[in-house]
Formats: sequence, structure tokens, C-alpha cells
Amino acid sequence: MRTETHPTLRAAALAVLTLVALLEVTPYLWMMTTSLKSLPEVTTFPPTMWPLSPQWGNYVEVWGSAPFGSYLVSSLVVTVSIVALQSVLSCLAGYAFARLRFRGRDALFYVVIACLIIPPQVRFISIFLLLDTVDLLNTYAAQILPHASSALGIFLMRQAFLAVPQELIDAAKVDGASTLRVIFQIMVPLAAPTLVAFMLFSAVYHWNDYFWPLIVTLDETVRPLPLGVALLREQGTGARWHLIMAGNVILVVPLLVVFAFAQRRIVKAFVFSSMK
Amino acid sequence: MGTQRRGGGARWREALTGYGLVLPSMAVFAVFYLYPVAHTLYLSFFNWNLTGDPKPVGLGNYEALLSDEVFGEVLVNTLTYSLATVAVTMVGGLGLALLLNRPGRVYGVLQACIFTSYIVSWVGVSLLWIWMLDAQFGPVNGVLSAFGVSPVDWLGDPDLALWSLVGVTSWKTVGYDMVLFLAGLQSIPVDTLEAAEMDGASRWQRFWSITFPQLMPTTLFVLITSVIMTFQGFDVVRVMTQGGPVRATTIYVYFIYEQAFGYFKVGYAAAAVVLFFVVLLGVTLVQFRLFDRQRREEAP
Repeated sequence: MRTETHPTLRAAALAVLTLVALLEVTPYLWMMTTSLKSLPEVTTFPPTMWPLSPQWGNYVEVWGSAPFGSYLVSSLVVTVSIVALQSVLSCLAGYAFARLRFRGRDALFYVVIACLIIPPQVRFISIFLLLDTVDLLNTYAAQILPHASSALGIFLMRQAFLAVPQELIDAAKVDGASTLRVIFQIMVPLAAPTLVAFMLFSAVYHWNDYFWPLIVTLDETVRPLPLGVALLREQGTGARWHLIMAGNVILVVPLLVVFAFAQRRIVKAFVFSSMK
Repeated sequence: MGTQRRGGGARWREALTGYGLVLPSMAVFAVFYLYPVAHTLYLSFFNWNLTGDPKPVGLGNYEALLSDEVFGEVLVNTLTYSLATVAVTMVGGLGLALLLNRPGRVYGVLQACIFTSYIVSWVGVSLLWIWMLDAQFGPVNGVLSAFGVSPVDWLGDPDLALWSLVGVTSWKTVGYDMVLFLAGLQSIPVDTLEAAEMDGASRWQRFWSITFPQLMPTTLFVLITSVIMTFQGFDVVRVMTQGGPVRATTIYVYFIYEQAFGYFKVGYAAAAVVLFFVVLLGVTLVQFRLFDRQRREEAP
């Protein structure tokens, strides 16, 4: 039996945690109230917390000031394509590394491990030049192809597939199942928690990504949301903070909503994807 | 099933299937991982501004880098930013994890609140904090003014700007260290702690003699991933300060980006990338070694 913590200590611990949680959350609240203020209200000091009367028009104004519809489409196309490609390719390669015997398998797996430690910051100059030579800069392909397969995904799926009992695979093979059937009807359902964790991790990463589109996109036709919202400030003429924060709400709040619903899963996915 | 003698045909088919399944991924890695590393190394031996022919300069770029005053400043900035952030997030993350490590809905909600910022994009966090830290109208100075503190130019003062970025980065990432430490804490067997308590060990003694040593692998892991993450810092600088004022917040990756895309000094930037990669590789190898040794010690 563990002795109960002294009530005073527990209250103190709770107080500290609450203070930190408030420090973490209040800025988002401030972002939202700022997005509903008028220009005179964002240019008073000291600032007020709540808008006098909420200016919902700010959202209309910011949406009209930049091609937000196109930003959203780009973000969706790129993120969905990357997550889909990475998931399928990771399952295929993960199965081969976990379950098949072929010459050079271990050497190829070392290549995967090596790719795990080569970050985008090391590759971008050369890939920029490469995409330029094949005329692919400023396309969806330039944003998708360099991320089409994930070393982390392969690594995680291999681990998960190693844990599946061989009898299940043998039984399916006796029934005449093809390799693809074995992978997607037997292995993947059993490894679903790993796959879902990886997909969540990858989706959040690429939805938020700023660095890569900054390098390979040149204009608004294929520019994704984070880049577009960041540009609100660069083109900005000083203190239009009510509009910039309205744009920022469009960027941040969808993710906060998703997080609120899938909080446990997402935390697990991030811990899992990094600890393995 | 007993041992099955498989014919050469079956073995061939298995091998072919294997190659077929890994081929698409390997093609991606060859083109977008391995070739770029080799090509960047190659580029680092040339002077090239994107037009005309690259001019071979041997190790010239590396010599120039190491005698470049700006590069020296960048190294100091990067180390300051990295080490300060890692210190804050690790101490903070461990402290929060220790406080949070008990059952109850309240703790779950608090954990979620503190972790949230980790999954919000850097752009979102950076824009939010440019506003929060605005010298003229920002809420942070607004709150401080209530205590009689005169306005502080958080991002415009060269002596302060980098520390403001340390603050923002820590604010965003402390929740990540926290959940990793929490996972580590929860993997410590409860009976060890209970036994120590029965023997009359105080809370303090239990922490230093049981929790802390058992948490060592987690601590090492968090340390190395945090160092790597902060070395790769870029977005926060690009959005919040563009490396300024007067280079005060130019950290490594921003420097590379500026050399390549601002000044078109491709070879020079490539040399900086190579040095960066060597350091990263070193850190990662240390990580592999430490964890390998640990795994061997754990194995019977």
C-alpha cells in the first residue's frame, strides 16, 4: 500500500499544474478574442481581454484577402497523398523486412535505418536543384514525392508484423491467398494500432509542415495553409493583428478540435512513434 | 509443421516478392535521401551561385566557414538556443510528469492542456507569440504594466530576442518531454517503490535511489531527441525574427537557408549542411551506442 500524499502537498501540486496549464492555454484564448476585435481595440495599451462587440467580419475580410480556399485544398491534397502513400509503402516494405527472406535484406534494412537519421534540412538544397532540373518545382508532386515513403513507417510496421504468429500466415497461404491479400487482410488488421498511430503522427507533421513547402513552392497556386497564413504577416502593414489572428484561428483551431476528440490517441501516437 | 525443404523455385519466388515489395520505398530513399546527401557533399567542394559552371575549390568552403565570423556567431547562437531550451523543457517536463503521475480525470485534462501546443504548427505558435510579445500593444507587456514594469522589446532587443525564442520554443515543446517522462515513470514497477516505502525510505530517498536511476534511459532519450530537435530549429526563426535583430537569432538551419536561398552561395551552404550532418550523425551514434549497451545489460 502506498501512503497517501499529504493533502497540502497535493493541493500545492495541483495548483502548480493548473498554473502551467493556464499559461499554456490562455494565449489561444487571447488569439481568439483578438480575432474578434476592431482595429482601434488592438491598438490600445494596455490591451483589453474581450472585444466590445465581436467583429465576425474580420474572418470574411481575411478570407477574402488571400486565396484561403486554395491553401486548404493544397494542404488537404498534399497531406492525404503523403499519408496514404507512406502507409501503403510502409506496409509493403515492412512485411518484406519482417517476413520474407531474400539476399541483401539486412543491408537494405540498414539503408532504411540510415534514412531515419537524415533530416529534411540536410536534403533540401539538393532536392530543390533536382526538382528544378525536372521542372517539378511549384507542384503538388514536389511537395508529395520526397515524402512518399517513410523510414519511420517501415520501421514501425516491421516491428508490428514481427509479432504476428506465423501460423496465421501459413493458414492463409494454404487457402491460396496472394502476398498482397496476406498483407492487407491478415497483417494490417492485426497491426492496426501501430498503423493508426503512425498515420496520425504523419498527418499532423505534414499538415503543419512549413519548411518543405517554403522551399519547393513559388506562388499561391499550390501553397498550403501554414505558408499562406505566415504570409499574412509578411505582407502586413504593421498592426493588423485582428486580421492576422483571424487567419491564425483558421490555421490552428481545426487541429485543436481534432486534438480535443482524439487526445489520448494522439498523445500515444507521439510517444509511441518516438520511443520505438 | 516440420522443417520443410523448399525448392529453389519457391525460394526465388519469395526473394522476388521481397524485392518487389521494398522497391518503391527504396526508389524514394535512393532519389530523395541518399542521392541528396552524396550530391550535397559533392557541391560543398565547389563555388556556385546557381548560374554558370560550378568552380571547384577543394576544401575552400570549409576553410571559409571556419574563419567566417558570422558562422562563429551562428554556432554560439545555436548552442545557446539549443542548450537553454533543452534545460528548460527537460527540467520542466520531468517536474510536470512527477506531479501528474497519479490517477484521476483532472490530471488527464491538465496533461492534455499542457501537451496541446506540441501538435499546433510552428507557424501558428510563432504568429501567436509575435502578437503576445508585441512591444507596443502585446498582452505580455500589458500584464507586466499592471505590475509597473515598463514595456519590454522582447523580439527587437538583440540581447533579448534569442531568449524570447527559447521561451516560445520551451512553451511549445515542454509538453512533449512531459509525456515521454510520464511514460517512463509509468514503466517503473510499483512494487519496487512500495518495498522501499515499507523499509521507511522517504519520498526524497525513493526518488534519488529508485525513480531517478530507473528513469535514466528515458532521460537520455529525451536529452538526445531534444538536442536534435533544437539543432534543427528553423520555422520559429523564419516566422518570428528572420534571424534578426542583427543576426541575434540566426541559428544554424536558418543560416544555411539564408546562404542558399538568400545569397545563392550554394557550395558554401552545402559545406555548412555537411558539417551539420556530421554533428547530427555523431549525436545519433552516441544514442545508438548508449541504447545498445543498455539493451545488452538488460538481457540475461
